[in-house]
Amino acid sequence: MAEKLVGVNYAPPDLRAKITGRARYAEDFRAQGMVFMKLLLSPMPHCRVRGVDDSRARRVPGFIDIMRASEVNQPEGPTEAMLTDEPKYEGEPILAVAAESEEACAAAIEAIELDLEPLPFVLDPLQGLRPNGPNAYTEGNQFSGQDGWSTYKWTDADFAEVDAGRMPNPANPLVEWTKGDIEAGFAEATVIIEEAIVHQSVTHHPMEPRSTMAYWENGRLHAFVSTQSAQRTKMGMAGALEVDPEEITFVSEFTGGGFGSKIPGHTHMSLAPLMSRKIGRPVMHRVTRYEENYIGRARPGFQAWAKMGFRADGKCTAIDLMIVQDSGPYGAGDHNTASNIADITYTPGNMRYRGFPMYTNTPPKAAQRGPGGAQINGMLEPLIDQAARELNMDRLAIRILNAPTVEYGMGPRSQRMTSTRAKEALRLGAELFDYENKIQLSGQRNGSKVTGIGLGLSTYTAGSRGYDGLMVIRPDGKLYVYQGIGNLGTHSISDTARPAAELLGLNWDQVEIIWGDSSRGMPNSSVQAGSQTTHAHSRANYAAAQDALRKIRAIAARQLGGNANQYRVDNGRVLGPGGSMTFAQVAQRAIALGGEYDGHTLPGDLNAATVPAANMHVGTGLMGVARDNFGGEGGIYSWLAVFGLIELDVETGQFETKELVCATDVGTVVHPRSLGAQCYGGAIQGMGMAMSQRWVFDPQYGVPFANRLYTARPPSIMDAPRSMAWDAVGIPDPQTPTGAKGIGEPSVGAGSAVLTTAIADAMGGRCLCRTPLTPDLIVAELEGRPLPFGRLDQHVG
Amino acid sequence: MHDVESVGVLEKKYSRRTFIKGVIATGATVSSANYLFRGPNILGAATLQSTTERLLTLTVNGQERRVDVLPNETLAMTLRYKLNLTGTKLGCDRAECGACTVLVDGVNQYSCSILTHQLRGRSVTTIEGLENADTGELSVVQQAVMDEGGFQCAFCAPGFVMSMTAMVANNPNVTREEARVALSGNLCRCADYDKILNCAMRAAELARSV
Repeated sequence: MAEKLVGVNYAPPDLRAKITGRARYAEDFRAQGMVFMKLLLSPMPHCRVRGVDDSRARRVPGFIDIMRASEVNQPEGPTEAMLTDEPKYEGEPILAVAAESEEACAAAIEAIELDLEPLPFVLDPLQGLRPNGPNAYTEGNQFSGQDGWSTYKWTDADFAEVDAGRMPNPANPLVEWTKGDIEAGFAEATVIIEEAIVHQSVTHHPMEPRSTMAYWENGRLHAFVSTQSAQRTKMGMAGALEVDPEEITFVSEFTGGGFGSKIPGHTHMSLAPLMSRKIGRPVMHRVTRYEENYIGRARPGFQAWAKMGFRADGKCTAIDLMIVQDSGPYGAGDHNTASNIADITYTPGNMRYRGFPMYTNTPPKAAQRGPGGAQINGMLEPLIDQAARELNMDRLAIRILNAPTVEYGMGPRSQRMTSTRAKEALRLGAELFDYENKIQLSGQRNGSKVTGIGLGLSTYTAGSRGYDGLMVIRPDGKLYVYQGIGNLGTHSISDTARPAAELLGLNWDQVEIIWGDSSRGMPNSSVQAGSQTTHAHSRANYAAAQDALRKIRAIAARQLGGNANQYRVDNGRVLGPGGSMTFAQVAQRAIALGGEYDGHTLPGDLNAATVPAANMHVGTGLMGVARDNFGGEGGIYSWLAVFGLIELDVETGQFETKELVCATDVGTVVHPRSLGAQCYGGAIQGMGMAMSQRWVFDPQYGVPFANRLYTARPPSIMDAPRSMAWDAVGIPDPQTPTGAKGIGEPSVGAGSAVLTTAIADAMGGRCLCRTPLTPDLIVAELEGRPLPFGRLDQHVG
Repeated sequence: MHDVESVGVLEKKYSRRTFIKGVIATGATVSSANYLFRGPNILGAATLQSTTERLLTLTVNGQERRVDVLPNETLAMTLRYKLNLTGTKLGCDRAECGACTVLVDGVNQYSCSILTHQLRGRSVTTIEGLENADTGELSVVQQAVMDEGGFQCAFCAPGFVMSMTAMVANNPNVTREEARVALSGNLCRCADYDKILNCAMRAAELARSV
């Protein structure tokens, strides 16, 4: 009997390489004659390059060449170019230098003289909305493909409301949607909670900066890239370079994290290939941490007003939400997602959302783990506690009451979900945390330390449909699974093959995972983001395994007699009424038969990108190849309920997280240990977002103060909760054959919410309603001192 | 700056202040110059005599390695770009993340912040040196990571594994709380700290049984 694979812990197949130094990340590749490239970054937040004198740079020993903005594509409107002569943020790349050594690159960059014309800039999006406030672009602050640039401002009357601490009512919101009857919802409410909330921006800072090495050989590009996705990033790079994707050998075997900042690769990954093409040498673009701070993306901050109505029994009956978003120079969609997630998490039935995405001259924004959702859950959960307090209601009970069932539709279009086990997750977490007893500790004082209990509920997308699976059983009897998804540490490359291998009755040592090198075949895949891959590619691989199983049985019936359906697979053999065959024999027979059996004939509905990948393996064994046609209706969302216990020192404003409990709805659990790690890791990231990862700018010059790891500090091992536990609801999603949904995204918002609610709890229910929750902010609030900045000021952290 | 008489003289020339200034000036770390011993000399290191004097013998993973090193070159760059030991990672270039941690005479140190010239006569161990080259047997720390399924993206893993190696060598009876402190110089952005501590405790257990 073959071993059970789904729901069982195992060491991922790439782990040994990671701890012996054999794992090669982008900057670990070398090529004969390799030279270096570095970027000259803008010293100003917004300026025009009037002139570049590179004469001294060209005399630096080792200098090879310069690439200017005029040599790369310059898209219209607020779209990022690889290099620019009008930088929109401090740190935006102006030009690239290639030299024999990295140090010569740096020396040449030092020797370049720039003539820059400073331009107006805006850091705080709310300031950009003031009647005479600055714009991020010289042309305006709003752009549409149809109408071009325009300028959008609020009025003095609007700002009179803002300055008085009230929600303004600006005309013509940039984004607006409603559902139900918001007036009726508030009329029904016994308690109305209204707060202005600031959520800071947060730089992604994956451990591995986004380095690239590239060279061309006989017109073929060999690119070694730090990216979350693989096959999809290759397509993106082909588009950026305007080359045939099949003319790229794309290698991304290991990536040191991305958290959303390297989803389809990234804009600057194509510079090394361009420079290499220009100078005819292999080029290493080693990105430093300092550079990563600028070009490495950040989560957009919000300045928001939220008004929530609650009935006497605690049911949320209305939400009026307004968000001003720091979109950076090139836009972000977080605020829209945030509005939808506010709706699905608290199910008001009646909601109005008004959104104001504003371009700013701060580093570019991008999706960051739970984009939009992580911000809004961390911001709104303390308001739920305020309502519970005013209604004299239990904090868990009010959450369970308001959490959705599968009947509730999200957002203005009331999008339904495939499965929703939020209430079950809350109950499971409460049991694991021993909520009934722990909540009694709330507010308990021991010396200067006060206990706070935190609760957070969060959700996010957890799947997608329609991709392809590709696998081959070779004459050595092993199953080779070809993965087009990336390998950034989530273990998806192997986790998504486990249900397929189990279907084929294989032990894990009979399975080889092939990933990270397009020359070995990458089928059409989802991006490695939005917690999609566990769902999307366990399905795609399952479809391919079903195809393989059908062919195995057909071959067995052909060879051994009987009906194909009477044959079963186990332990690398196919067995039935006529006897048995090994998979090795089946593979040999498949090659002899040809046609669909060994991939000479492919299914007609495959995604186009899969065909070249499949063609690489024609005739090598029995091919299982199929598109995910399992279908399904509705969005795929996972849930995470998090509970925590902190001790806040009310004299210093420091706090320590003593306990963390995660309870999740991810459908079927594929890899328990990895799931637990995603819950904990994401929650701790969320804590860092709420606590220590500061985003601070000098308002006069527009340059960031917190631009390294020690100033924008992610949580260290000392910040990790002392005690952690997790569990999963474990009810399969009914619309996917493997039952599994992704995780990863929702844990960040839940972790942030645990801190925002626990600190408010330790402070007697006072919501600070801004992040980061720095000790000085906490102490100022406790001592009743005024803040050294405006209530809604952004980037002052 | 190029004339290297002795380690002592060099250390005087390269005080911490001038070293950091040099790093800042280059925007990152220093000296991958003359990569693979080609290209022109820079920073004035131009004479045949000085080139000869830059040759060092380093003991890395038990082997003596002859290497041409610039006066202001960090150990991380020497390992990665001269000795092709790319297991040691550069995460921050400036002693903030610990991804570049190696052992120098058994002590865990940030290789991004050590000048290679300081290591004459010292023994360096990198992540590549932990596995038994003949038998393929993993070290107790590596085995512990395999047992516990440690790490996610694992860019931090070589640094953590080296810190754990020093930790269990010093104290195989380490407690979970002590391990937390011992590993606090290493950053894991995936925040896989629970598993990392599980690995640390498993490594200590294996070390005790050796």
